Amino acid sequence: MQPFTTHTGTALPLDRSDVDTDQIIPAEYLKRIERTGFGPFLFAEWRKDPGFVLNRPAHAGASILVAGPNFGSGSSREHAVWALEDAGFRAVIAPSLADIFRMNCTKVGLLPVRLPPDAVRRLMDAVTGDPTTRVTVDLEAKAVSAPGFHAAFDIDDFTRWRLLEGLDDIGLSLRHEEAITAFEAARPSFLPTATRSG
Amino acid sequence: MTTATTLSQKVWDQHLVHRAEGEPDLLYVDLHLVHEVTSAQAFDGLRLAERTVRRPDLTVATMDHNVPTAPGPEDPVSVRQMEALARNCAEFGIELYPTGHIGQGIVHVIGPQMGLTQPGLVIVCGDSHTSTHGAFGALAFGIGTSEVEHVLATQTLSQPTPGSMAVTVDGDLPPGVTAKDVILGVIARIGTGGGVGHVIEYRGSAIRSLSMEGRMTVCNMSIEAGARAGMVAPDDTTFAYVEGRSHAPKGAAWERALDHWRSLGTDPDAAFDREVRIDAWELTPYVSWGTNPAQTVSIDGAVPDPASFEDPIRRESAERALAYMALRPGTAIRDIRPDTVFIGSCTNSRIEDLRVAADVLRGRRVRDGLRAMVVPGSMLVKAQAEREGLDQVFRAAGFDWRDAGCSMCLGMNPDQLSPGERCASTSNRNFEGRQGKGGRTHLVSPAVAAATAIAGHFCTPADLGIERRAADGG
Repeated sequence: MQPFTTHTGTALPLDRSDVDTDQIIPAEYLKRIERTGFGPFLFAEWRKDPGFVLNRPAHAGASILVAGPNFGSGSSREHAVWALEDAGFRAVIAPSLADIFRMNCTKVGLLPVRLPPDAVRRLMDAVTGDPTTRVTVDLEAKAVSAPGFHAAFDIDDFTRWRLLEGLDDIGLSLRHEEAITAFEAARPSFLPTATRSG
Repeated sequence: MTTATTLSQKVWDQHLVHRAEGEPDLLYVDLHLVHEVTSAQAFDGLRLAERTVRRPDLTVATMDHNVPTAPGPEDPVSVRQMEALARNCAEFGIELYPTGHIGQGIVHVIGPQMGLTQPGLVIVCGDSHTSTHGAFGALAFGIGTSEVEHVLATQTLSQPTPGSMAVTVDGDLPPGVTAKDVILGVIARIGTGGGVGHVIEYRGSAIRSLSMEGRMTVCNMSIEAGARAGMVAPDDTTFAYVEGRSHAPKGAAWERALDHWRSLGTDPDAAFDREVRIDAWELTPYVSWGTNPAQTVSIDGAVPDPASFEDPIRRESAERALAYMALRPGTAIRDIRPDTVFIGSCTNSRIEDLRVAADVLRGRRVRDGLRAMVVPGSMLVKAQAEREGLDQVFRAAGFDWRDAGCSMCLGMNPDQLSPGERCASTSNRNFEGRQGKGGRTHLVSPAVAAATAIAGHFCTPADLGIERRAADGG
């Protein structure tokens, strides 16, 4: 995973609520068995509208997505995060994010940032008004800033540390291999297995 | 233990492998379900890191999202994804129920059907509708592909502790109100983000009165309220459903399992972080009018006027939804005419759902010009339905009778809506384009779907003078 410490870039204002992962990447593009190459299909349907914010030249190269509440709802497809990452995004800022999407972000290294609704509104208006606005997302300081804008955000210490260091989650869990083995040895014998019938 | 705890807390605590201050808990996973769409990159990750699957014996795979449900030309890209799953399962020693196997079906239908889904388990799958398995009193999470890889490698899942939320539905459900209507009613009340960060426990006499199929329908759509999982405490209905299934415990093991399962229910004085109460009599058959699953209204109602929403976010969302759905405010729901009726998906494709729909359709015909299809959730559900003659009822009524798969629930296989096509669907998501580009989805119960197929406009079986059987499912 790519570490995330601090990132400065321009932002894409996606002023919609309940943006589900079917919009972020429609199901027809989930058939790839590779982990890369999803960027061109990001918001594939909405993108067909020339007026869609992602198509506006002023927002080309944006690397921070600012969205409405309940971003990333619906399907668990990590492809949604891969598509955002592949299209150059490093952080998503919204008043609320769906649980599975947020979890997927933290596994990939796309920083999910929850800010109060009024702060998101002000940031949305600022980057809509001036698409060249430079926004900084600082994970060490747990703050988002832009000219005339500053907002602190919360993230649990463990996830923050993992993202700052870019640590492999599996490696971290395997530190507890002895505990896993001990747990397995104590599991009741009536529990089902896939291979045993009855 | 002296502290009163909830069902979800009990199952959580019983699966704790590691807990430390300032870290997420490490939970043991009893059952990992795998399908073709969210697993290929996880297996690649294992190979890259030279890791193996820790417990192939606790891992089961099937093909469901991509599979065609009728003969026809196969999409080479889908075939490639299914072949990748077959190769990965062979390489890592995982039991696979591929297309053509009698055990194949929607991953959330085959787990319960085999008796693999049992009370008190932690179950995960790279699919958000894994919450379905919570109907048995299991703690069941949808996970992403990185987490799939983590579970394959470690048989554990690293998770922050969720909040607990009680949704209590008390009283008798009015006639014609089914499990699907219960969950649509719940989502309409708490919203698409109402359950975020929480595990919902569905409680109350109306939930207790549901069959296992009905409880699965309710738990299935917990994710549509944003919840991490949904659960129902196991009871005699649960035990009767599990008993005798191929992977259920037998003999002395069954007795030990029963003792354990009976201890799982929420303690009487346990407290939930959030509580929602709904009177069963307030519920009606629902039809969604918008593009998220909270945008629903009673079948007796009308398409709302966006201006009636005070919250600007909900108003704007309604405006966009009505434009996409090509609906006018004030239109009576019963005046809306779908082009297609789809009965299927992990929400409503079990045998009881098919029985309910067949009861409505028996001796009647689908409205001229309307496309209707029914897709059993598994090949075993299909075989059972055929033993009961339900396929004959569907075919005689003018429905297409298909093989098992996710089908028209999501636009990933040949079963799709065309742009502008309007569908009455028993599935779970009415998102833009979910059933095919430009398609317009109205979420309904199997009973309403079947009646609508006959009338050509949204309606209930009662509208057609059809009495419902007492034991109705989805």
